[in-house]
Amino acid sequence: MNIAVLTKQVPDLVEGVEIDSTGKAVDPDSIRYILSESDDHALEEAVLLKERTPARVEMFSLDTGEVRDTLCMALAKGADRVVLIRTGLETLPSNHTVAKIFASVLQGLSFDLILTGVRAIDDLDGSLGGLLAGYLNLPYVGLVRKVEMADGTSMAIVQKEYPGGYAAELEVKLPAVLGIQAAEQPPRYVPVSRLRQVMKTAKVEEKETTAPEPETVAVERMFKPEEGMGATMFSGTPEEIASQIVGLFSERRLVR
Amino acid sequence: MGVAQVPPLPETPGPLFPELASAEEKFRQCIQCGVCSGSCPMGEAMDFAPRRAVKMLLEGRFNEVVESNTPWLCVSCHTCAVRCPSQLQISDGLFPALRAAVMAEGKAIDQDLQKALQNTYLYGNPMGISPKKRAEWAKTAGVPVPIMSQLRRPVDVLWIVECNPSFEPRGQEISKLLARILNALGVDFAILGPEERCLGDCEWLAGERGLFEMLIERNIEILSKYKFREIIMTDPHSYRTLLKIYPFLGGRYHVQPVVAFLAQRLDQLKPLLKKKLNATITYHDSCCLGRKTSHYEEPRMLLRAIPGVKLVEMVQNRESSLCCGGGASTIYLDRYIQERVKDRLADRRVMQAAATGAETLAVACPFEPARFEDAVKVTGNEQKLIVRDIIELLAESMEIA
Repeated sequence: MNIAVLTKQVPDLVEGVEIDSTGKAVDPDSIRYILSESDDHALEEAVLLKERTPARVEMFSLDTGEVRDTLCMALAKGADRVVLIRTGLETLPSNHTVAKIFASVLQGLSFDLILTGVRAIDDLDGSLGGLLAGYLNLPYVGLVRKVEMADGTSMAIVQKEYPGGYAAELEVKLPAVLGIQAAEQPPRYVPVSRLRQVMKTAKVEEKETTAPEPETVAVERMFKPEEGMGATMFSGTPEEIASQIVGLFSERRLVR
Repeated sequence: MGVAQVPPLPETPGPLFPELASAEEKFRQCIQCGVCSGSCPMGEAMDFAPRRAVKMLLEGRFNEVVESNTPWLCVSCHTCAVRCPSQLQISDGLFPALRAAVMAEGKAIDQDLQKALQNTYLYGNPMGISPKKRAEWAKTAGVPVPIMSQLRRPVDVLWIVECNPSFEPRGQEISKLLARILNALGVDFAILGPEERCLGDCEWLAGERGLFEMLIERNIEILSKYKFREIIMTDPHSYRTLLKIYPFLGGRYHVQPVVAFLAQRLDQLKPLLKKKLNATITYHDSCCLGRKTSHYEEPRMLLRAIPGVKLVEMVQNRESSLCCGGGASTIYLDRYIQERVKDRLADRRVMQAAATGAETLAVACPFEPARFEDAVKVTGNEQKLIVRDIIELLAESMEIA
């Protein structure tokens, strides 16, 4: 069985994110990129599957930020091959573009399962997996928390999460794209000595992609959450409160 | 009975039990007297207490020991190592090796510990806070706290603040007070600020050898950029590691814990201790200032110098002091340990403190205020006992708190 894990790096919010002088994008100098959390879970689920059934796990990552560490970490966890996708883009493109890039990379390759994180901090509506499945003309299941193989490698049984603590078990005909919500266990720990060992000999393949089409949606303004003024509490008799409210309204020129 | 020398780290990490392979001959000198198991405050809860674990390992029963709860219950109080007649490095050698073996085999480790290790790898502190924020506390210290990279000149004293005193709220308050004390004494000092990273004591004892080596390499590189006469440290764990382990990897410094540094300046400090505290105080010897580095007297000298202080001792003090239960990364294993141990060490220690009749439990380790205050509540001593760092007591008497 062949499993592809598609990942991207996202800004590390612990280190803080600043907006650049155009007010339309994140300042690339302020960012450190880390592997998107649910992509990390997708990798873990792939490695768990490999431990249960003979499989080959290949991870493909976009080239935003420092990716080599992440790819070496994947090899240390059990990936068989890691590929860095050269896009030449400085910042993360939109999900439509990411999906097109992933689809073009997978063109002509044969995978039974294509796993990716169901969402990322820049993709809270979780559209990437569905878009990719659309471009590849494959079935898609999102919010997956468990994957088991059935009937050789022609079918998978997946657990999908629903709101309110509900879950459903679905049969999916393979090949298919799965958006992983969480692996069956938290992503495993790789001791740093093991990681450093892998780094010495790791072979990271690179794959060029053709320049993606221009984005069809443009960012007009990017801004941090605006802090509110806080609340003003009124006290006194109803008459006093009423006159305070009227006073405030006229002070703010909301009434004449 | 002296503190045994810590053995050097092996050159290259092997696949399984690298330390034991090189230390096996040494461990063959174990006479199976059982002093370690009898002294171990966690021995009762371990599947295999230290004596038995050593015996099993020498018989080649590695897997049984590695898969038991034994590796993760050692709090590195060091009592076994200090008392061992064969001077075997049980808490510093055997236990980190067992933990390293668990990790090398790819076995799952406790999630809280994993998070702390991952954070330390990414951000240089177990809390997972941006290193840029390391000197935030200094902004409200009320006195100048120079940062080495901005100072551009040699200093007398480089103060390595370490993780808890940089990031934890209570630790930050204590750091501010220490900055004021240093300022009042006219000490020419500076901190590393955003360049500072964890020194790696917890990581080493947790068996994360590679992470420890990575931190050491970085810290030695940073320290080599600056000129200073000596280093002072707020965290005894890091102090012990910088003093005793860094030299094996090329980092040799003149380093002291803050309590020793201040005790040396007692003549200068005494006239500043104006306010009478009228308190009966008992002092908790932390493992790293006590058994591991033998600073038993300086903290007591400082406390006795405060007007109105009556110092009383707990039943277990100095060499036989009872650990708070937070060493060797077990500060991140509280949940794991609580499921396996009936009486937590911090609770037992606080009961000892309460039994002295003291109303203040004085500490000199940044792990203690939170651990003991929690224990004070759990044991129902909330109205009877308060936990205070020696720095807080000094600052109060100096009227700069």
